[in-house]
Amino acid sequence: MRFMMIVKSAEKWGFPPKELMDAIGKLSEEAVKAGTMLGNGGLLPSAKGTSVRVSGGKLIVKDGPFTEAKEVVGGYAQFELTSKEVAVESAKRFMELHRQHWPEWEGETEVRQMYEPGDFPH
Amino acid sequence: MTATDTHRAIDAVWRIESARIIAGLARIVRDVGLAEELAQDALVAALQQWPESGIPDNPGAWLMAAAKHRAIDMFRRNKRLERKHEELGRKLQAQQEMAVTDFDGALDDDIGDDLLRLVFVSCHPVLSTEARVALTLRLLGGLTTEEIARAFLVPEPTIAQRIVRAKRTLAEAHVPFEVPRGGELAARLSSVLEVIYLVFNEGYSATSGGDWMRPALCEDALRLGRILAELASQEPEVHGLVALMEIQASRSRARVSSSGEPILLLDQNRAHWDQLLIRRGLAALDRAEKLRGMRGPYALQAAIAACHARALTPEETDWARIVALYEALAQLAPSPVVELNRAVAVAMAFGPVAGLELVDGLTAEPSLRGYHLLPSVRGDLLKKLGRFEEARAEFERAAALTRNARERDLLLDRARACAGS
Repeated sequence: MRFMMIVKSAEKWGFPPKELMDAIGKLSEEAVKAGTMLGNGGLLPSAKGTSVRVSGGKLIVKDGPFTEAKEVVGGYAQFELTSKEVAVESAKRFMELHRQHWPEWEGETEVRQMYEPGDFPH
Repeated sequence: MTATDTHRAIDAVWRIESARIIAGLARIVRDVGLAEELAQDALVAALQQWPESGIPDNPGAWLMAAAKHRAIDMFRRNKRLERKHEELGRKLQAQQEMAVTDFDGALDDDIGDDLLRLVFVSCHPVLSTEARVALTLRLLGGLTTEEIARAFLVPEPTIAQRIVRAKRTLAEAHVPFEVPRGGELAARLSSVLEVIYLVFNEGYSATSGGDWMRPALCEDALRLGRILAELASQEPEVHGLVALMEIQASRSRARVSSSGEPILLLDQNRAHWDQLLIRRGLAALDRAEKLRGMRGPYALQAAIAACHARALTPEETDWARIVALYEALAQLAPSPVVELNRAVAVAMAFGPVAGLELVDGLTAEPSLRGYHLLPSVRGDLLKKLGRFEEARAEFERAAALTRNARERDLLLDRARACAGS
């Protein structure tokens, strides 16, 4: 089963400390060695982003920062794992690193299963 | 956290950690079966204690430590026994004392080497292919006996028996817990790759059962392949196999219609190909090609798959290159099926006459006698040449040979279309 891990937090926290980045690097390396991580990436601040929205039958294009959002997506990773429980366990390990190396930070990792071939209705 | 939640979390921890724990223990106790039992004992301890105590901060380390204590207890028990048989036991005792002292260091060492040893032992040639598959999925894939049984549509006791026997065979044959060296390595590695690709193919085009694909098996095989690619990163064929599986898996979504019928490669909607897996496959192929030596059969097949993956439309396919790759493959691993595939590529690259010439050369091949794709390909080429009556006969022959009902319908449709032309 494929999972998308989506990391969200408020933008006020800024860039993560080096210790956390190193620890995440090590965890990622382990995940690659375990054959479970397909890809990952971090996103630039929303100030460099743009939102393209459909609302009231209109396209609304608005440059960042996304000030109205409480938390924004900061990064993602795609995993192939054997169960939802394994995915949650992996997310816990990832967030545990944040707790250890950046105690004041607050945020979340959303664990979302992706569609499989058989899940498509058409 | 409820007891059910805890059990689920323990199950997840086990799936993540079990192969590493078993591999680390196997190095110490030199017996894969015993290592798995010790690891299982640790799991049982976790199931008893964690619902009370909560899940420890580092559950993997906890399991490893628990298994380690059990191993040390076992050594001590053996040592006490030896005291009773002192003359016999003195030498062994010294060895085992050393083993206990070494234990901490050994388990902290890079676990990668142990995992690689575990791969080679699980795919050891003293075992039957079926036993290798079951043991590999169990010890390295972290699958339960029930899951393996379900995947291969075999009763659970059959798989359980197979695993028990495999462990016994390994112990009785005194198979060393090591990575083969020198001349032996190539043959043993190809046995490992064969097991992984067999698991993949069973998932990709299931030989039995109602579903044409069983994606979980493809994922298990891919995971094993990716692990192996990091453990044996200097072996080009490992990357070749991973590339082949990644690229084939990239088409999973496109190769079945909504009603479950297979869709042939050239008819697939390429927008449904998984670009992430294609990218990974091409990267793996690149790794294989950057390593020394000539390309092996997996890298060649991956290179053929890559030709399709790179083509945005079927018309853009580099058929001349595919022909060249099939020629190389036919030299390295000659087989009538490879020849038939080469004939198809030749027909696409140089026209149906050239392809038909090669196919006609295969009609007398005994091993292809019952192979429905031979008359199917021949019918296709005859039809392209406007020889409709002969084409119709070939499609009908192919329909009579296939065991897949949906494919049969498709072939009979094509036969009827020829009759109307």
